[in-house]
Amino acid sequence: MSPAAGRPDWPALPRRKQSAGRPRVFALGGELDPRTRWLFRMASVVAPLAVWWLLASFGHVDPKFLPSPGAVWHAGVRMYRDGVLAHDFLASVERVGKGFGIAVAISVPLGVLMGSFRAAQALLEPVVGLLRYLPASAFIPLLIIWLGLGEKSKVTLLVIGVVFFNTLMTADAVRLVPRELLAVSATLGATQREILLKVVVPHALPSMIDAMRVNAAAAWNFVVVAELIAATSGLGYRISRSQRFLQTDRIFAVLVVIALIGLTIDVLLRLLRDRVGRWIG
Amino acid sequence: MTLVLKGVGKDFAARGRVIHALDGIDMSVCPGEFACIVGASGSGKSTLLSLIAGLAAPSRGEISVAGVPVTGPGPERGLVFQTGALYPWRTVERNVAFGLELLPLSKQDRAERVAWYLAEVGLTEHRTALPRQLSGGQRQRVAIARALACEPAVLLLDEPFGALDVQTKEDMQVFVRRVWQDTGTTVLMVTHDVEEALFLGQRVLVLASDPGRVATELRVDLPAERDLEVKRSPRFLALRSEVEDLVRAHHRAQLAT
Repeated sequence: MSPAAGRPDWPALPRRKQSAGRPRVFALGGELDPRTRWLFRMASVVAPLAVWWLLASFGHVDPKFLPSPGAVWHAGVRMYRDGVLAHDFLASVERVGKGFGIAVAISVPLGVLMGSFRAAQALLEPVVGLLRYLPASAFIPLLIIWLGLGEKSKVTLLVIGVVFFNTLMTADAVRLVPRELLAVSATLGATQREILLKVVVPHALPSMIDAMRVNAAAAWNFVVVAELIAATSGLGYRISRSQRFLQTDRIFAVLVVIALIGLTIDVLLRLLRDRVGRWIG
Repeated sequence: MTLVLKGVGKDFAARGRVIHALDGIDMSVCPGEFACIVGASGSGKSTLLSLIAGLAAPSRGEISVAGVPVTGPGPERGLVFQTGALYPWRTVERNVAFGLELLPLSKQDRAERVAWYLAEVGLTEHRTALPRQLSGGQRQRVAIARALACEPAVLLLDEPFGALDVQTKEDMQVFVRRVWQDTGTTVLMVTHDVEEALFLGQRVLVLASDPGRVATELRVDLPAERDLEVKRSPRFLALRSEVEDLVRAHHRAQLAT
């Protein structure tokens, strides 16, 4: 290869026009001042509510199809006063607590193993990766045949819906632990077991809680689905019962409660994650 | 002898081909010595250090520390990485305490040792800081203190200052010299920086590439007490040219093949 002899006499490169200064809100990765951010956040909740209210009030929609926010509020208050709401709420929360708890208790150790040992990964990843694509809701008929209509089938549905995803996501979190950290721990005298407990788990914990956050939302979805199909209590049951009497205001009220509980779970887990993951900064 | 390597070699299999990363390495390090290994990138110097640390097993040959064959990693061969590899969720003092927490020591004994090493590396006032709050140089000091707290027979340094800016690097070189003199620890350091190797080492081993082997070794006949001024002395500059030429020659020879 001969060296290039001087730079050829190319014409100057065409220049692109500099973009005009645009509001920072639209700049990629731009900062947003706290006031604007709060404004946008408010709008995100208020705007849909306003559309709902406008449609219900002036849209000439039959209130049997779309009850007004006010009517939903009253339906909710009535259900609360009758005690059904608290009863259904507790029934659903108990199922989520059991099902999600069992799923976490299975998936975290399994995920840590899969993330730490190649053998465990080779053994488990194909089957778990396959099973997670089977929609948990499709197991409902089988679960009813196997376990009946009681609590067992609902809790099992939750476990099926959560355990595979949470295992894979936990394994991913564990695989993100830098190899150098494992190596340096060994040179400081830590045994395999000590490295797992004192290095791998603490490093992966914030991401593991993140995975749980995502999957808690799924668990909350599954409990409602399970109760819609066969139950005598729970928020999903309340929805299907209200449907029979065309009580759409009650359905909406229950939906709002479901959303608020989901949000609460999310916020609590996020607070936990931020506390555990303070070191990430 | 603290550390002895006899006929050590390491092969890697890559795409069906066997690569001799290291071959026929014979070397030893005396108690209390500061030895440096220099070589161009690809000469297998980090591989050599990981073999000594016990993180990988040699394909051939024997490594022993104080007469005991190396079979795996252990605290008698403390290793410091270029990145420091600190535990990001542990404070400075709990990073230093890591190795001691694994041993049956009383809380007070452990705290005293941690405090001593923190003072030695000048980080007492940062003891409750998290690694992300430290500068690159401070992080390396923590990593060195953490390894030293386990009282290693030999401290292995793998390009510990490679990621630092020039000024910080020189401060760290002076710092490591002082720590070495204070603690009497045997040190084996790997670097591509010839100046650093000559400033710190009593002995410099030049590694040739493909396969990695000890090409030359020379005593650094500079005064035992050295400050940064020594880097401008004629003897230092002469040594530096000599070693740099050696490294370059072995690197070129490898590229030519």
